Amino acid sequence: MISLITYLINGISLGSVYAIIALGYTMVYGIAKMLNFAHGDVIMVGSFTVFWGISMQGFNPVLSVLLSIALCITLGITIEFIAYRPLRGAASSLVVLITAIGVSYFLQNIALLIFGANTKSFTSLINFGPVRLFEGQIIISGETIATIITCLIIMVCLTLFIKKTKPGQAMLAVSEDKGAAQLMGINVNGTITLTFAIGSGLAAIAGILLCSAYPSLSPYTGSMPGIKAFIAAVFGGIGSIPGALIGGILLGVIEILGRAYISSQMADVIVFMVLIIVLLVKPTGILGRKLQEKV
Amino acid sequence: MKDKLKKMPKTWLDNLITYGMVIIVFLLVQMFISRGLVSNLLQGLLVPLCVYVILAISLNLTVGILGELSLGHAGFMCIGAFSGAFFSKVMADIITVTAVRFTLAILVGALFAGVFGFLIGMPVLRFRGDYLAIVTLAFGEIIKNVVNALFVGVDSRGFHFSLKDSMSLGLEADGDVIIKGALGIIGTPRNSNFTVGIVLVLITLFIVLNLINSRDGRAIMSIRDNLIASESIGINVTKYKLMAFSISAALAGVAGVLYSHNLNSVAATPKNFGYNMSIMILVFVVLGGIGNIRGSIIAAVVLTLLPEMLRGLNNYRMLIYAVVLIAMMLFNWSPQILAWREQHSIKDFLRKRRKVQ
Repeated sequence: MISLITYLINGISLGSVYAIIALGYTMVYGIAKMLNFAHGDVIMVGSFTVFWGISMQGFNPVLSVLLSIALCITLGITIEFIAYRPLRGAASSLVVLITAIGVSYFLQNIALLIFGANTKSFTSLINFGPVRLFEGQIIISGETIATIITCLIIMVCLTLFIKKTKPGQAMLAVSEDKGAAQLMGINVNGTITLTFAIGSGLAAIAGILLCSAYPSLSPYTGSMPGIKAFIAAVFGGIGSIPGALIGGILLGVIEILGRAYISSQMADVIVFMVLIIVLLVKPTGILGRKLQEKV
Repeated sequence: MKDKLKKMPKTWLDNLITYGMVIIVFLLVQMFISRGLVSNLLQGLLVPLCVYVILAISLNLTVGILGELSLGHAGFMCIGAFSGAFFSKVMADIITVTAVRFTLAILVGALFAGVFGFLIGMPVLRFRGDYLAIVTLAFGEIIKNVVNALFVGVDSRGFHFSLKDSMSLGLEADGDVIIKGALGIIGTPRNSNFTVGIVLVLITLFIVLNLINSRDGRAIMSIRDNLIASESIGINVTKYKLMAFSISAALAGVAGVLYSHNLNSVAATPKNFGYNMSIMILVFVVLGGIGNIRGSIIAAVVLTLLPEMLRGLNNYRMLIYAVVLIAMMLFNWSPQILAWREQHSIKDFLRKRRKVQ
């Protein structure tokens, strides 16, 4: 029972990271209608920046984190401007997908050139010790607590931003209907850029949290969490922000429980199986809206 | 001769060019090899090249002709590779004629991959677009991970399966573990060579091109172009979708058999059967032109050779590959660049000059 609670907490913590990454996927998908395969590699860039700042340059951790977020935001905006914007309105949505894969290769190989292929050990940024509950039977690490709290704060801020501010409302409008939004005087390109900026900034935070909890860093660190987060986004209903949270946390819990109780090799299989079953029962994900197809 | 060429339907001529291209390249390469002009490195690349070409053609059937995005193609290749290699290893003493055994192994690989394609296609093909992409990706990863944990042994009592370790198979003393989990199958016969590869490429081409130009193929393409319209004229959408998907999977299985018989051992790693492989095949298809079979052959060859050509640049080669990929996508598909190309096209320029004269 005690171990189950520990696993659940760890699952929620991992799930919170997935949720933060999934937010980036889901927002970009909702607005630009594209799968940004390079999103996972932005996570890697974020973690490497912090690694570079703290371990190689000896910067203050807070400065490193801010630097990392700033760099990822710039990166997101640049990628959108150079690689994705020219393809807006292209004949096939596959085209943007392949370009995103190209960007993903590009980022991985840049990191490979700068930092080499060896796995780096990432020093955790969280310096408050583990919390013990029930006379030390349940130990919750500082990373776990920080991750869950950060995820909650991000969720609340993002929801408020979208519900209460003008740029947030513009985002909703653009994701609903690009043409109509433009007619209403919304700067569509600017809104898409803003979405990429927010998504990439969140990716940097997710990368730092992920590498604090699982301290190994290589140029390919981002790709599997990226895929998992994408699955989380689909799971919760792609395009929906609360969906990303629910999908991410469910995915994290399933993965940790599967690894603990069934087989560590089969954990990914279980995650993917659950995804397929959920989609077969509810094809648009848990919170997804069903779109009526017009003839 | 010229009249005859003109009388032939245009698709025939088009297909002949495709077959001819493959055969001419084959003859040229054979000529270069016999003169010793091809380096060992390049010779080692010839069979993988055939594998990628078959994969690209077969994925183009799903993506280009059926119009559904699949990111799990490497999974079917994995099934083909393992079932074919398993067959070869079990039958090594029973069927001693290599040609017969290898042919049967290819058929077994195709059959298994095709059956899995059918079984997976049934639930999955109800999805569309990005959802289909993620579900196929999930299935591809499931296949890779399950094969990675699979132990299969054979003894006098028959086959034994386990997902834990070789101990739990409970083999008799005369038993032999054939698929060893993460180690895969060790000691597959190396039957693949360039000639076999080219023959398989030609067979794949024959199957796919004939399918496209048949009544069934037109039904499949009508589903791609407009699902609702084709449904309303009485086309059985599920049947044709499954048909294209299973044929595509079976052909990927053939590529898998070719792949596994080119190596001493075959194991399911993220590199050879993971989603990265599926994505790489998709890159061939999209860059070659979605729905254009000849294009995917050319793209597969060029993109496989490109990193090798850039080998002199060492660490920069994959970086350049990525930049080339992005640049090619922008050049070929960006609406603005397409409009610019229209205005400044060389053909038009020459035509105008001629008119002035």
